[in-house]
Amino acid sequence: MMKNPFKRNAAIKQVTRQQLNRRSFLAFTTFAGMGALVYGGWHWLNNSAQEASGITAGRNKLLRKALDQNELILRNAFSNKHLVKTYPQSMAAKNVRVNSDIGMKGNNFDAATWLLAVNKKDGTQLKVSLKDIMTLPKTEITFDFKCVEGWDQISYWGGVKFSDFITHYNLQQEAAMQYVGMATPDGEYYVGMDMESVMHPQTLLAYEVNAQLLPMQHGQPLRLIVPVKYGIKNLKRIGSISFSNKRLPDYWAEQGYDYYSGL
Amino acid sequence: MKVIREKHSLVMRWTHWLNFPILLVMIWSGMLIYWANDVYTITIFSHRFFQFFPAWFNKMLDIPFRLAEGMALHFFFMWFFAINGLLYFLYTVISGEWRQSIPNRHSFKEAWQVLLHDLHIRKMLPPQNKYNAAQRIAYTSIIVMGFGPLVTGLAIYKPVQFYWLTWLCGGYTIARIEHFILTIGYVLFFIIHVVQVAIAGWNNFRSVVSGYEVISNDKTATVKTTDDEKPL
Repeated sequence: MMKNPFKRNAAIKQVTRQQLNRRSFLAFTTFAGMGALVYGGWHWLNNSAQEASGITAGRNKLLRKALDQNELILRNAFSNKHLVKTYPQSMAAKNVRVNSDIGMKGNNFDAATWLLAVNKKDGTQLKVSLKDIMTLPKTEITFDFKCVEGWDQISYWGGVKFSDFITHYNLQQEAAMQYVGMATPDGEYYVGMDMESVMHPQTLLAYEVNAQLLPMQHGQPLRLIVPVKYGIKNLKRIGSISFSNKRLPDYWAEQGYDYYSGL
Repeated sequence: MKVIREKHSLVMRWTHWLNFPILLVMIWSGMLIYWANDVYTITIFSHRFFQFFPAWFNKMLDIPFRLAEGMALHFFFMWFFAINGLLYFLYTVISGEWRQSIPNRHSFKEAWQVLLHDLHIRKMLPPQNKYNAAQRIAYTSIIVMGFGPLVTGLAIYKPVQFYWLTWLCGGYTIARIEHFILTIGYVLFFIIHVVQVAIAGWNNFRSVVSGYEVISNDKTATVKTTDDEKPL
């Protein structure tokens, strides 16, 4: 039998009562000390300083640091070759779940006059109509949409690949930056994301769900479908798109959620 | 003079006790996450027997509306759970102690006898080594259960980047259910474990803190050693 490298002493031995008491005392003191330390550590964690409000907010500093560190580690696993599993269109839900209408609450929105505003690197703004977008090659995807709450639903979307949109409008300079931000026309809902997730081949500027133009509650006239992220990043009714080398504002990251929220 | 036996190594004791608060935080933060989509029930022939979890239970533990906090805690403490578990696993492999804690061909029969004994149906205990047969089965399954939450957890956490893991678990939806069931399994294990420790008594409990157990108070007593406990 292999020798146990951790055991140097004989397994069975004779000791005096004093030796035994001393050993027990040391062991139980350490045990109690560790218990107190763990309890104190938990108490400290729950009462430690909150992060300063900025791009992210609402978490204490240590947990925010852990979330950001996880992002740095797990972004190494990200690849454009890792595709979200797709399903036959027949498996898509007929009633696509509506979970939020933040950014779409006002009554003064007119889809007919809507234009997508792209804020370019040189400071100019590109305005694109839905009609223009619909002339670009169409891409469809049926995939399992995943909510940060824990539910998931297979749904079927149609639109333009974000990367196709970039190529068509010669936005390569913008796409060379690190972050993308999108906001609803009223500015109430906004998301920020790493460029690689937005340039992922399955990320769409979607104008159709279940082969019909987007209804109001799903983000008429154009929304983001980014399957490598939780639903919170899939902004409905895009008003503007911006680019930056710094993280751009994100609605839920300001409410204590992970900025990355990648799948 | 007393005769003692070195029973549990330092590594085993530290990883064992550290695992307790880590697991507690993981289960607690998991419940904060689960609340946001608490759809699991025990339903047989369309009769719902139980809903995970009842409103009074969530309220009592102050669980509602803490999803973001739950995720932050879960994705921080997961590292400690993984590292602690891996340390223990490496230790059992390197030390060779896994031999004492994996079931052998007699284990299932003997485990049954241990159960009967514990239930006071059978008077005699089957041969007791460092771990008896029932313990061997329980402690090996808990190691399997240690990998389970890591695998199913990673399958839910990054289902696109680790798509093959999600596939292995039977898909995203199934992986989430498996992750949940494993947690329930942990809670059940914990309850049985505590009851068993209480039955086994002080000498046994002390050995998991101090490392030794007293086998005789009489210095003239001869000690029979078992095959896997021969002094070196």
